[in-house]
Amino acid sequence: MASKPIIGVLALQGAVEPHKKHIEAAGGEFRAVKTPEQFETVDAFILPGGESTTMLKLIETFDLWDVLKKQFVEKPVWGICAGSILIAENVTNPAQKSFGLIPMSIERNAYGRQLESHHVDINGYDVSLIRAPVISKVANDVTVKATYEGKPVWVEKGRYMATTFHPELTLDFPSPMHREFLKIVSG
Amino acid sequence: MTQKSKTGNVINIKTGLAEMLKGGVIMDVVTADQAKIAEDSGAVAVMALERVPSDIRKAGGVARMSPPELVEQIMQSVSIPVMAKCRIGHFAEAQILEAIGVDYIDESEVLTPADEDFHINKHDFKIPFVCGAKNLGEALRRIGEGAALMRTKGEPGTGNIVEAVRHLREINMEIKKLTVTDDAELMTAAKNLAAPYELVKLVKELGKLPVPNFAAGGIATPADAALCMQLGAETVFVGSGIFKSENPANFAKAIVKATTHFDNPKIVLEASKGLGTAMPGIEIGTIETTMRMANRGW
Repeated sequence: MASKPIIGVLALQGAVEPHKKHIEAAGGEFRAVKTPEQFETVDAFILPGGESTTMLKLIETFDLWDVLKKQFVEKPVWGICAGSILIAENVTNPAQKSFGLIPMSIERNAYGRQLESHHVDINGYDVSLIRAPVISKVANDVTVKATYEGKPVWVEKGRYMATTFHPELTLDFPSPMHREFLKIVSG
Repeated sequence: MTQKSKTGNVINIKTGLAEMLKGGVIMDVVTADQAKIAEDSGAVAVMALERVPSDIRKAGGVARMSPPELVEQIMQSVSIPVMAKCRIGHFAEAQILEAIGVDYIDESEVLTPADEDFHINKHDFKIPFVCGAKNLGEALRRIGEGAALMRTKGEPGTGNIVEAVRHLREINMEIKKLTVTDDAELMTAAKNLAAPYELVKLVKELGKLPVPNFAAGGIATPADAALCMQLGAETVFVGSGIFKSENPANFAKAIVKATTHFDNPKIVLEASKGLGTAMPGIEIGTIETTMRMANRGW
């Protein structure tokens, strides 16, 4: 690995660029990636917030499922909101395909629509929940790093991390979550 | 539960949703079936309205907010965000849309304005608003009123990209100019733009609008989408361009592809093949000034 780990933010759609300052402040290099050639060049992936249905369609359209699956076997992955849905094992409301990197069940738009979007304090850091999913169940070997209203909102299993909230939209750099992910990436 | 951040150092929750919609295509739909086609094609959100702009243009008369049942049916049929349009200044229509619980309201020049002097005070609402602009001053006035997302006005329902390009370039140029404006000249710049001083100052610092800027008005082909994205639009709205084309599902998918890879001509080329006929276009010069939607609002 290069001196600075390269963090690839999957740039098919969604909140990609807000990660740049956080990744750099946490000691990594930011790279927006959307092709198989670009995936090869990064040390870890962030699947950003956006629309999970749309991202799934784009992954199918550009035939990226198998390529990404293979990348995810080897590299750390952090899924945020839509991204956390893509890496869960089981998705409801409605059910949809997922990479199953973290043994957990997740319910889409579980707080409701945009009217229910709001800011919350997670471990002392001010973040946004936007049309967020709810992690309804996690396996015993999943570490819960933070909860909100009794439900896990930040979880880890080995090289994989998921948050249902958006630390990238907070302007104190780096977020504790980016720092934690960089720690995972650096081993 | 609060929509206000405790520290204030967080991107506003309203603009936060716009951040999630970046790099995508937002499609105008008039029925639940069309919404489903849009979602299946990879739309990042849909815009519910009673008639697409080209039909509004043809029909004339007064164009209003969609009937609520229609918006609700569309909301039930898809899991992506649903936006809906209200008339400029018609805050009672906006209140109805907020009560329905749509995800975004478009205070839109596509509908017949309800107020020729005042836009809606968007700070009064929990639902975020998107508004159209032809230039920087107009964009900053809307943001000053509480808009969480901007889009170009373009000239809706024409299938003609020329006005959207004009508005994108105009805004880009005016922003660039501000970045090299001396601080001592900013108040006069604000006066000339007829825009709030604090926002003018912020644009100078950021080198961009303080909220995302999307393109709308006249996008009819994958190449149109790629053009707008390369000119700095962060997402595209497609109105009549999809459901007035020969094969809506094909056009929808192709425009999504071209938007994702707007910077890769080979993929835009692939997306442009075998589509069938695009929507019929209108030359802007043939539309009387009074009939131009972009001239509505101030």
